[in-house]
Order: sequence, then structure tokens, then C-alpha cells
Amino acid sequence: MTDTKQPLHRWGMAIDLDRCTGCQACVAACHAENNLPLSDPESAAKGRAVHWIRVDRYYEGEFPNIRVKHMPVLCQQCDEAPCEPVCPVYATYKNPEGLNVQVYNRCVGTRYCANNCPYSVRFFNWFDPVWPAPLDLQHNPDVSIRMTGVMEKCTFCIQRIKRAETEAKEEKRALADGEIQPACAQSCPAEAMVFGDLNDPESKVSRMAGSGRSTRLLEELGTEPKVFYLKRST
Amino acid sequence: MATLTKPVIYEDVRRDLWRPLAGASARYLIVLFVLAAIVLWGLCAWGYQLHEGIGVAGIRRPVFWGFYLVNFVFWIGISHAGTLISAILRLTEADWRKPVTRAAEAITVFALMIGGMFPIIHLGRAWLFFWLFPYPNSRLLWPNFRSPLLWDLTAISTYLTGSTIYLFLPLIPDVAQLGQHATGWRRRLYRALSLGWTGSDQQWHALERAMKLMAAIILAVAVSVHTVVAWDFSMAIAPMWHSTIFGPYFVVGAIFSGIAALLVAMSIIRKTMHLEQYLTPHHFDNLAKLLLLMSLLWLYFTICENLTAWYGNEAKEMNVFGSRIRGPFASYFWIMVFCNFVVPFVLLGIKKLRTIRTATIASVTVLIGMWLERFLIIVPTLSFGRLYATWGQYAPTWVEISITCATFAAMALLYLLFSKLFPIVSVWEFKPHQEPED
Repeated sequence: MTDTKQPLHRWGMAIDLDRCTGCQACVAACHAENNLPLSDPESAAKGRAVHWIRVDRYYEGEFPNIRVKHMPVLCQQCDEAPCEPVCPVYATYKNPEGLNVQVYNRCVGTRYCANNCPYSVRFFNWFDPVWPAPLDLQHNPDVSIRMTGVMEKCTFCIQRIKRAETEAKEEKRALADGEIQPACAQSCPAEAMVFGDLNDPESKVSRMAGSGRSTRLLEELGTEPKVFYLKRST
Repeated sequence: MATLTKPVIYEDVRRDLWRPLAGASARYLIVLFVLAAIVLWGLCAWGYQLHEGIGVAGIRRPVFWGFYLVNFVFWIGISHAGTLISAILRLTEADWRKPVTRAAEAITVFALMIGGMFPIIHLGRAWLFFWLFPYPNSRLLWPNFRSPLLWDLTAISTYLTGSTIYLFLPLIPDVAQLGQHATGWRRRLYRALSLGWTGSDQQWHALERAMKLMAAIILAVAVSVHTVVAWDFSMAIAPMWHSTIFGPYFVVGAIFSGIAALLVAMSIIRKTMHLEQYLTPHHFDNLAKLLLLMSLLWLYFTICENLTAWYGNEAKEMNVFGSRIRGPFASYFWIMVFCNFVVPFVLLGIKKLRTIRTATIASVTVLIGMWLERFLIIVPTLSFGRLYATWGQYAPTWVEISITCATFAAMALLYLLFSKLFPIVSVWEFKPHQEPED
């Protein structure tokens, strides 16, 4: 048996850019799962929209021979996360399973973490969130609602991870590969996103991360992200 | 004494310097009222922000730090006036400093009080600012000592404490004298503040020693404070922030703007309080030369900073660099260079042009230029991050602008009140034979 003190899992994700169509289903799913506040076009134009996952678009070539590259960007769950040491109140830290977690209750809103995140995947609650009716009735009860003045970001759907781990523990069995799916991966029609345990060399995500096409975003900064992008082959 | 043309008669000096304390002219009251109104407006704006959420300010993703942090760095910079003029000149026993020091030390304390407010104003949940204080919370979790913001808190609270003591020490003999002559609540105030000062030899010795010691301590603290403020930025991996030069660059900029603030304050005091005899062209000339020196030093650092970035030609740095030199921030950049270098260099570098008036003009432009410099350090880096897809422009709202204006009014207001309560030029230092000779 493995020592229970040792972290069993090291969660990571692989995203196959060849498969991503830029459909934004992941963005919508994330909104529904994680109780993200909605924004109107006005506040979105002001840079106030909150999307824990976004699809960045890069254009290649000159019109009409133009190609669009889509890249879903979410919190990269860095092993050497630049956001962590700068927080004065430990509102963001690394949990034992390697997740970079955000503790809303501790956050005072210095926004330093967001400035130091090279991926710009941290979001701030500029106001108390509001949902137009009837969306206010469909909140996910497993995810807390964040008040004004605190940071938030992708959690890898930690509520799903915790639930699956608890269930597996109760049933005294190991977690199967692919048993946990964050909302974005679950809803991806092209199955571009794969979530799993990087500590398990046989898991699908580990195999994808080891592929020759595998790369990480802004790898040169030494942030050691746990999200792997599989380059486009064409 | 080189500073005064006429032989000093202590009673005259005292009468001159105490004159502004008595009564209040209509003009004084009007200015006081206007300033108080502006400060009140700023407080209302802050109250509105606290009530509605910090989203009423213009900050956004990716520019999470805006005017508030610009003001923070700017005011902490201004606070270096007192330290440099007072501590260095005191330690080097430069006699001409005597009429200047208190005006400078008061700037330090007030600028720090104002600057220290901004990290709190800027917080998303400002009411929880005390969570940064170094004591454990109910779950025995201490704040994160690896965070530059915690270093900031430590440095600024140390500096504020130190500089308050440093302002207060040389005030003691003055308030003791005032306590003997004043009446009513002023008498009680001065008496309380004089801490039982009788002017015995022993007390003079102790005071001299304490002032020397504090001058040395405050100098070290001041340099470290602005270095720590610079580290808020240079510890981050954002392009153009992650720079080894930021510590000294910020300190130089701070002293530069500090001297400018002092010169502006002095020329206002000189005019409004009729202290032409005490704040002489000689003082302005000396300080103007110092300002010129700092202007050149500032230029040197600015060139070091930008030339290396440009020559290195790294794409991410070039985005920020280009935005400053010829991009959307270019007009601010070149105004900054004009204000911080061209104006002081011409007006103060040419001896014929160097007068009290031109020194004041140059100081005002330097203050504008240094504010712009803080803005240009903070905002372009955040606007032009590492991923093109996240670029975004920042524009302040009326809330940020109101609060910014209010702090300038607050500075003037505090200064106005201070100079009504205490002689803005140290009186006792004009008295011969008072200082003990060892």
C-alpha cells in the first residue's frame, strides 16, 4: 500500500490543439459549473468579464489566406507558480495534490497574483456578482459564490476531484483514469481536453504529455505548468 | 552665519517665526476651506468605492494596478524630501540646512501618511487590511513573509514611525518655548508635547545624541523603503518590471521628487508667511543645484533602464518599451523627459537663469514628470503582457481622479494646519550658545 501521507495524485491536463475547434463549449460549461458571474457587453469591453477558461485566437497569414489558431487557456496549475509567493495572506497556495488553489476567504484583493501571472488567467470580483433571473436559481451548490474584492481562477473543478476521491475512498478502490472530468473537458465535443493523473505513467494525460507534440505555454519562464498543449501538426 | 545677511537677534527671529502661528487671515481660512472640501470629496469617492466595490475604479484585467499604486509610489517618493535634506545635511553638519529641515521633515511625515493610505484604498477588501499585520490569525497562520507586499508594510510602518520621531525631536525645544508664551488650549498642547523640557545641559546632550542617531537610522530606513517599493515590481516576472536596477532607480527618483516638493513648499511658505529673510536665495540656489544633480542622475538611470531593454531586443520587453517610446504611451514618456530633464537642465543648469522663480517652476515640472514616470513604470507593463490575446488598455474613472486630487489637497491641508500650530522654521536652531559644546 502506498503511504497515505504521500500525495497520490498530481492532476494535469493535456489539450490537443489539432482537435480544438474554438467552439467555446468549455467556456460555457465552466460558467455553469463554477458559478461564474455574468457580464454584459459593456463590462466585457472594459476587461471585466470572468472566464476561468478562454479561447485565445491567433491569426496567421494575410487575408484571404488567413488561418485562425485556437488555444484554450485556463490556469496552468504551475508547479513553480509565480502567483503564490507574492500573496501576502496565503490566499493562493499549492495543495498536496499539486493544485494551485485560491482561498477566497483569505483574499484581501491586492491583485498582485494577477499581475504576476504570465498567462493572465486570474480574475477579480470587481463587484458582488449578479445573475439575471432565472440564472440565480441554478447555482452549483458545490461551489461557493465569491464576494466583491477577491480573486478567483480555474480550480480544475476541485469539487469534482474531491467528490470522486471521497467516493473512491468509501468504496475502498483506486480512482480510474478518466473517472474525473472537469466541466471543460467533459463538454469538449472534439475531445481535445484530457484530464488525469500525471503521477500515473499509464494515464492518458501522461501519455499525451509525453508525446513529441507536447509543449507548455511560456515554458521558458520556468513556471512548470501542468497543462500540456499538443502542437498543431499542420 | 552664511544664511542671514543681518546679525541675528534671537528675539527678532522668534517674533518673525512665531508670527504665522497667531490668528488666521481670511485668505488662510478660504484656502483651508477649499482644501478641506476637496479632501472631503475624495473621501466621499472612496466611500462610494467601498460601498459599490472597487470596480467603480478604471482598473481591469490585465491592468490590475492603476492610479492608486501610481500615487502610492509617487507619495512614498515625495517623502524622501525630509530624509535627504535633513538627515544628510544634519550628519554632514551643513549649517545652511537649519531653516529648511523642519519644512522637509514635515513633508516626509505627511507624504508617508498619504502614500501609506493607497495600498489600503487599492485593496479589493479594504476593510480587511489588517490581515497583513504580522501576527497569526485564528488558525495560527501567519502572513506570508515571502510577499514583497509584506516587506512593504514593514518598511513603511517603520519609516513612518521613524520619521515621526525624527520630526518630533527637533520640535521639542520649540514647543517648550511656545508653551511658556501661549495661552489656552495651545498652552496645554505645547506643554504636553514638550515632554517636560527645561533646557538643562543634560537634556540638550540627550537631544543632540538622539537627533544624530535618528538621522543615521532614518537615512538607512529611507533608502531601504524605496528599494522595497521598487521590489514590489521588480520581484514580479512581468516584462520591464523584472529589472535589477529598480531599487536604486526608485530611490533616485524619490529623492528627486522629494527635493522638488520641498522647493515648492519652501517658495510657498516664503511668500505667504513672509519669511524672505530666513529662506534666502542662497537656500534655493543650493537646493536647485541638488535638484539639477538628481535630474542628471535620473536621466542616467532612465537611459540605463531603457537602453539595455532596447539593445536586448527581447520581444516581450520590446512590446512594453515600444509602447512607451512610440506607442500609446509615447506622449506621456516624452512629456516626462521634458519635465524631468529638459526643464531642470535648462533652467537650473544655466547659472543666469537659476532664480527662486525658475527653481520653483522646474520643481513643479519635476513633480509632474515624476508622477508620469511612476505611471509609465506601472501601467504599460501590465497593458502589454506576455500573451497578445490578453492585452488591454486602462483609463481611470472619476473615482480614481477624485481620490488622486484629494491627496494633493490633503498634503496641502496637513501642511497648512501644521504650519499654523508649529513654527515651520526651527526657532531654537537660530539661538547661539544653546547647543552644548563638548
